[in-house]
Amino acid sequence: MSIENPRLILSVEDLTVSFDGFKAVDGLNLYIAPNECRVIIGPNGAGKTTVLDLICGRTRATSGSVEFKGMELLKMREDQIVHAGVGRKFQTPSVYEDLTVFENLEISYPRGYSVFGALAFRRTAEVRERIEEVAEVIFLSDHLDQKSAHLSHGQKQWLEIGMLLIQDPQLLMLDEPVAGMSVAERVKTAELLNRIIADRSVIVVEHDMKFVEEIATRVTVLHRGKLLAEGSMAHVQADPDVIEVYLGH
Amino acid sequence: MRDTTLAASPTRGFLTRTELAGAAILAILIFLVLPAILDPFRLNLYGKYLTYAFVAVGLVLCWGAGGILSLGQGVFFGLGGYCMAMFLKLEASTPEATAIQSTPGIPDFMDWNQVTALPWWWEPFHSLTFTLVAVVAVPVAFAFVIGMAMFRRRVGGVYFSIITQAIAAILTILIIGQQGYTGGVNGITDLRTLKGWDIRTDDAKEVLYLVNGVLLFACLGIAQFIRRSKAGRLLIAMRDREDRVRFSGYDVAAFKIFVFCVGAAFAAIGGAMFTLQVGFMSPSFVGIVPSIEMVIFCAVGGRHSILGAVWGALLVNLAKTGFSESFPELWQFGLGGLFIAVVLFFPEGLAGLWNRHVAPLPARLRRRPVPPQVPSPAAAPKKPMPPASPAGTSPAAAPAE
Amino acid sequence: MFADYSWGELGSIFAMQGFAGLILFSVFVLMALGLAIIFGQMGVINMAHGEFMILGAYVTYLMSGLFQTWLPGLFGIYFFVAMALAFVVAGALGMVVEWALIRRLYHRPLDTLLATWGLSLILQQTYRSVFGAREVGVTVPSWMMGSLPLTNMIEVPISGLFVMVLTIVIAAGVYLLLYRSQWGLQVRAVMANRTMAEATGINTGRTDRLTFGIGCGVAGVAGSAFTMIGSTGPTSGQLYIVDTFLVVVFGGSASLLGTIASAFTISQTQSFLEFFLSGSMAKVLTLLAVVGVLMLRPQGLFTLKLRK
Repeated sequence: MSIENPRLILSVEDLTVSFDGFKAVDGLNLYIAPNECRVIIGPNGAGKTTVLDLICGRTRATSGSVEFKGMELLKMREDQIVHAGVGRKFQTPSVYEDLTVFENLEISYPRGYSVFGALAFRRTAEVRERIEEVAEVIFLSDHLDQKSAHLSHGQKQWLEIGMLLIQDPQLLMLDEPVAGMSVAERVKTAELLNRIIADRSVIVVEHDMKFVEEIATRVTVLHRGKLLAEGSMAHVQADPDVIEVYLGH
Repeated sequence: MRDTTLAASPTRGFLTRTELAGAAILAILIFLVLPAILDPFRLNLYGKYLTYAFVAVGLVLCWGAGGILSLGQGVFFGLGGYCMAMFLKLEASTPEATAIQSTPGIPDFMDWNQVTALPWWWEPFHSLTFTLVAVVAVPVAFAFVIGMAMFRRRVGGVYFSIITQAIAAILTILIIGQQGYTGGVNGITDLRTLKGWDIRTDDAKEVLYLVNGVLLFACLGIAQFIRRSKAGRLLIAMRDREDRVRFSGYDVAAFKIFVFCVGAAFAAIGGAMFTLQVGFMSPSFVGIVPSIEMVIFCAVGGRHSILGAVWGALLVNLAKTGFSESFPELWQFGLGGLFIAVVLFFPEGLAGLWNRHVAPLPARLRRRPVPPQVPSPAAAPKKPMPPASPAGTSPAAAPAE
Repeated sequence: MFADYSWGELGSIFAMQGFAGLILFSVFVLMALGLAIIFGQMGVINMAHGEFMILGAYVTYLMSGLFQTWLPGLFGIYFFVAMALAFVVAGALGMVVEWALIRRLYHRPLDTLLATWGLSLILQQTYRSVFGAREVGVTVPSWMMGSLPLTNMIEVPISGLFVMVLTIVIAAGVYLLLYRSQWGLQVRAVMANRTMAEATGINTGRTDRLTFGIGCGVAGVAGSAFTMIGSTGPTSGQLYIVDTFLVVVFGGSASLLGTIASAFTISQTQSFLEFFLSGSMAKVLTLLAVVGVLMLRPQGLFTLKLRK
């Protein structure tokens, strides 16, 4: 359980956040290995989304540590965390509706982060190529010039995944990527995720158990902000505590 | 709908054809038509209106694009104007010209208020170079400090508006209270020459009007450049999904501070040109009321349209002068009604009406054999429009957490 | 600067200054209560809030004249009648405004701000057209005149005391209304979760209208109380709007107790500074301090930390 373990890309230790005494996440330890796909499950209010929020800096932790490739994320600003290589997808599709698919991806292109960099940013052939390449992966090649407001719910989810993909993060965090999708879209998303998780670590928060089974390397079960069980899908499903929490009341 | 055409061809140049035509019409009006048909007094009046256009253009960037509604733009307009006025006042206060004062060589209002020496912070304003730098640098520095304090702390939406309004109130009270150093409620008046050149003559006013026009077009160019850059798209993205931008790796606060400073710089240039053309500067251009009126210029023109802002500033001020000369009561009702109407019925302002009704006209006329009619831009505001769908148009303004 | 005063004198000066601060405190609380309902509970920025207060003041002015002419025998109690009427008139206007304007703009807070500013201009001009541009004052009933000597050096004006008592009563009333009444429960339910409130059968549209109306009505009562300590002009309301918003935001916009505490802090700071500095500098420093604190703590002084 050493923090310096080189085989870990992310070590979350003793992470706690309390909102006026209510501990949404309570002393959580979580270790992610390179190229691992970890799925976090748990009943509503278990603190799943909060864990992602804490890692990416959206919510400030009360105590604990989050170490990513030897960097302490808790001390960093959100944009610095992104530059370090952590990408985050939100629960509801979060794309820029007033902009086109192309522009959405372009904004996420990892260059010109500073104000003056953004003023000087030019659409070079290299940028366009990369955008087209990512659009291909997320099934949106034919929609590049469409305003993203006009995309379907599933397409918006893919677009947001694409916006992360273009930054090539080493740790990708996805919050319910298949929620609200049709069966066909869900299958396509699983295919998409399986393709993009190949060379990076992924943390997924998901409710859809069939989907979890398809993608998970390991599963972490949270309950009331605490770790309840961890292991393979089969192991977790057999855990009496987990069964109690899911079926108990 | 204009956005879609822009985006459809990512390599499209600096201006679309419509935008180019709009800019050309405005340039012809400002540089050829108005100087040709107006007497020097009226031309000077239009020059004064156009100084407000600087503020309105800055607001298009901050509010229209960035969703940051500052109710304190008068602060920057005033600071720019005061910097200019301090220089001119010092030039007008030579020991010879002020020989009858108990302390000759200092501005008259200081003498009236028993101030016996020029305060140290007035000294550098003897230099024109310093003044020209200060006109922009002082307001921008102030905007930077406010922006740092607010945007770094994630103050946004209505809270930002209220605090900028409070700052406008504070500065007004300060200027009025410290009349020995600022000229108090009357402001800094009786300005005469700029490096010996009498700015009160008709010729000088015409030159200043043209300089004002050139500066305005420079600001329009800068505004367009920012909007067309990735920074401009980021501002729109931030307005709608601030968190997403932050988690795409951008320091959101830095962009907001930047655009707020640009808005302040524009307002300051407008303020300085105001002082030069009108010949005085007073706290009545700094406070809450003038600041929020500047917002309505922008709203009437169309909060997303740079050129619209100029039209808004011109037309609202024309209406104001027209009404308050003949029916002062009616103007108050009219202005109040304008605030409500522009919000409820045409949130896209004149630019929205133009794009919706006038711009598609030639195409429609071509289809029907009706005698063609050349629409004049000023005719646009006459038509009311059903409320546009607020979904995509209203700046999302989530209160600070 | 203290050397010229004896300790006794200094004590009295501080006491008097403290009392002046208490009157200012009452004024702030009265102004802020209505806004705490409208802004704090509904999240609506009403820039015409000052004008609703002035409406109450004008109603009181009219009643003062009416009683003097027609019911001189009852003049001693006209003020209470005026206050009730001020509540009804300002509240009714508020409900009309909510119906015609505010409800169309619930998702556009910045636009609400501009529209209500327009409304404030229209109301100001209406007052000017009806009552004239000059400030008007009411005749204070005789029992409210004079002052109460506390020690031989400290005197407190009775009208000031009356306004303070009134403040306590109104604040208590608003508290009971918000936290102890069926209506208050509905308001808080609607604000916490509109969809859910609708599903449980609350008429959210009506609740909004009523809430806005009551907020405006409280503003009217505040305006009525103001006539006891100052005169009223068409633009008097505008003078207060910045202070009022700062009081509410400084207190943490959703907390009634916070609003009162922040009104106390701001008023005491200002009135003590006024003793050392000119009035305008005291005001500038106080406002600057408030803005400074808000920059450090944007959520206000008294707010709960909530999960997003």
